[in-house]
Amino acid sequence: MKSFVLRGGTIVNPDGNTETDVVVRDGFVVAADQSHGDLPVIDATGCYISSGFVDLHTHLREPGKEEAETIETGSRAAARGGYTAVVAMPNTDPAQDAVHVVDFVRSRGERVGLCEVLPSGCITIGRMGQQLVPFAALAKAGVHLFTDDGNGVQDPLIMRRALEYAGELGVVLAQHCEVARLTEGAVMHEGACCSSLGLPGWPALAEELMLHRDIELVRLTGAPMHFLHLSTARSVEMVRQAKLEGLPITAEVTPHHLSLVDELLTSFDTVFKVNPPLRTRGDIEALKGGVLDGTIDAVATDHAPHSDHAKEQPLDAAPPGMLGLETALGVLNTSMTLSPRRIAEVLSWNPARIANVADRQGRPVVVGEPANLAVWDTTSALVVSRDHLVSKSRNTPYDGMTLRGRVRHTVFRGELVVKDGEALK
Amino acid sequence: MKHLLSIEELTTTQLTSLLDLTDHMVEISGRPVPKVPALRGRTVASVFFEESTRTRLSFETAAKRLSAETMTFNVGTSSVNKGESLRDTIETLAAMGVDAFVVRHKSSGVPRMITEWTDASVINAGDGWHQHPTQALLDCHTITRSFGCGNDLSGRTVAIVGDVKHSRVARSNIRAFTMLGAEVVLVAPRTLLPPEFIDWPVRTADALDDVVGDIDVLYLLRMQRERMDAALVPSLGEYSARFGLTSQRARQLKHDALVLHPGPMNRGVEILVDPADLPGSRILEQVRTGVSARMSVLYTVLSGGSVPPTGGAE
Repeated sequence: MKSFVLRGGTIVNPDGNTETDVVVRDGFVVAADQSHGDLPVIDATGCYISSGFVDLHTHLREPGKEEAETIETGSRAAARGGYTAVVAMPNTDPAQDAVHVVDFVRSRGERVGLCEVLPSGCITIGRMGQQLVPFAALAKAGVHLFTDDGNGVQDPLIMRRALEYAGELGVVLAQHCEVARLTEGAVMHEGACCSSLGLPGWPALAEELMLHRDIELVRLTGAPMHFLHLSTARSVEMVRQAKLEGLPITAEVTPHHLSLVDELLTSFDTVFKVNPPLRTRGDIEALKGGVLDGTIDAVATDHAPHSDHAKEQPLDAAPPGMLGLETALGVLNTSMTLSPRRIAEVLSWNPARIANVADRQGRPVVVGEPANLAVWDTTSALVVSRDHLVSKSRNTPYDGMTLRGRVRHTVFRGELVVKDGEALK
Repeated sequence: MKHLLSIEELTTTQLTSLLDLTDHMVEISGRPVPKVPALRGRTVASVFFEESTRTRLSFETAAKRLSAETMTFNVGTSSVNKGESLRDTIETLAAMGVDAFVVRHKSSGVPRMITEWTDASVINAGDGWHQHPTQALLDCHTITRSFGCGNDLSGRTVAIVGDVKHSRVARSNIRAFTMLGAEVVLVAPRTLLPPEFIDWPVRTADALDDVVGDIDVLYLLRMQRERMDAALVPSLGEYSARFGLTSQRARQLKHDALVLHPGPMNRGVEILVDPADLPGSRILEQVRTGVSARMSVLYTVLSGGSVPPTGGAE
């Protein structure tokens, strides 16, 4: 459906909320006039209408792991979650360290046409931490965010050079903070729970040490940097201080680090194994504080699909990661009380800026803007069922849980792609 | 009790019932023909993804004394090495008709995962650093019966010495000993203790010399040689000097103190005297009790109750 009216909703814009019809025609939000009386009406009663969500952290698994997710199934999950753009993480096989790979990912995304797929690039070839990728060629191919996500860049010299070299190209490096030597064999947060369960621990320090190093490298080089999926209280505090000092950094947290504690691993259920690991209540509260006061810029899913058989392994062998796209808004809204404006900020406006797509995503919902929209509420209850997800995988940690708030409709480039929570294509 | 996965899941009553039932199994094991028909027609499969000949033989002997059929799944020569998944392995064996799986795995939590894939009982024969509940049972039985104190260890102090961090035996025993009323003191360098254990019912000592004269039970853990490579101890020599049972320390033990070790021992590392020369050594008694304790576990999970088996020798 390419021309329609969203009726009964409240528009959420940076300059305030407005209750009015939103008319979508030929890809744009257009002015209301007599003729729109003939257009189909999509009910948005009780809903907020904002720019579509932008995920800074999605694993689409294609190319290489199509049994877990494809660009098509992942795009559909994204649309169902209210997303109109996702940054595709580069740990594919082959990795997104060359122009032909990112071209493939982008063009597959375009052909699927359910949301904008923005390929990220690796920082080093094969994410091996040794040789820099061709930043300029990849930047020319449209890549803005570069990360070795899944691995932190261990070598401080490589990280320094990457910041110096890429900084002047206007692109942004995004770090997965983890000192690998401190997390060998780790499967969960290092603390009281791992001690009782006899599981190797992933200390908070492993994240904080690298975050500290990279904040200092940003200070040295002046190059901007984005920090992925921060998980500890101390990390939030370090980012807060660095921002006060005016350093050009941004940071994200995931919905699961805002909602789930390490103690869930007492079930030994591998669905709760994720990297960085689920932490303590104290960490969760500190992360929420960061979301509230703006220390944390974006909530990003780290949507990480894995097949059942991959997750049906012992905890040490099972791959880390959990689904996130379809539950992000509900989890965020259930975990903490945020204004609709702050929700739109952390799910849409800020990530659109960080991903450098603010010319077409995260726009105000006003006449003349491209119609990339999410229509959502913060009150309706929804029970998550792993069997009712459109992702190709089933590894949601929220199966059976009741979430408050849901995405009702999604509009991508003027087309209604999700209606009443169901994907239309 | 359908499964035995962890001492943490037992009530004190369940623990003491298993210990009392073990007395009965000790009696059966002492008969000229140590066999009763209690589990005739039932099948017990030992599935050891990590080799442990002594534990497997102990379980299989226990099953045979109760007349159960035994099935041994040898991972070394099996389809697991051809990439078969854990789930497929268990479902395949279950399809042959298994009433109880006895499972050993190098990863914590695997016995619990297996309960999701089979209706059979699952007995944890050691998972990662997590739990080894039958070891705790046989240790509790050995200690309480040596002291002749019923099931009551109140007023007694047990020192667990060595690599607690990586020890499923320690995690099971700390819980079991304290359930019976004992005070537990962990004796280890900080590197061999878990990262955070403030809520554990234990105190710690950083040298064996500080406690050796005051304890009722000295429980030595196996010190694995590879721990040195991970910078957990500077050298085995330094470990022995601080935490090993030397003849000098053995002389400081109380006259009725017991010495236990879950085996296999590293002579010259954690134990520097011949256990045969230690009057308080119960190391072979532990092995003997192991069979009876496992009989009581197999009987309890497979009979659905703790009524002692009736019937004489076959």
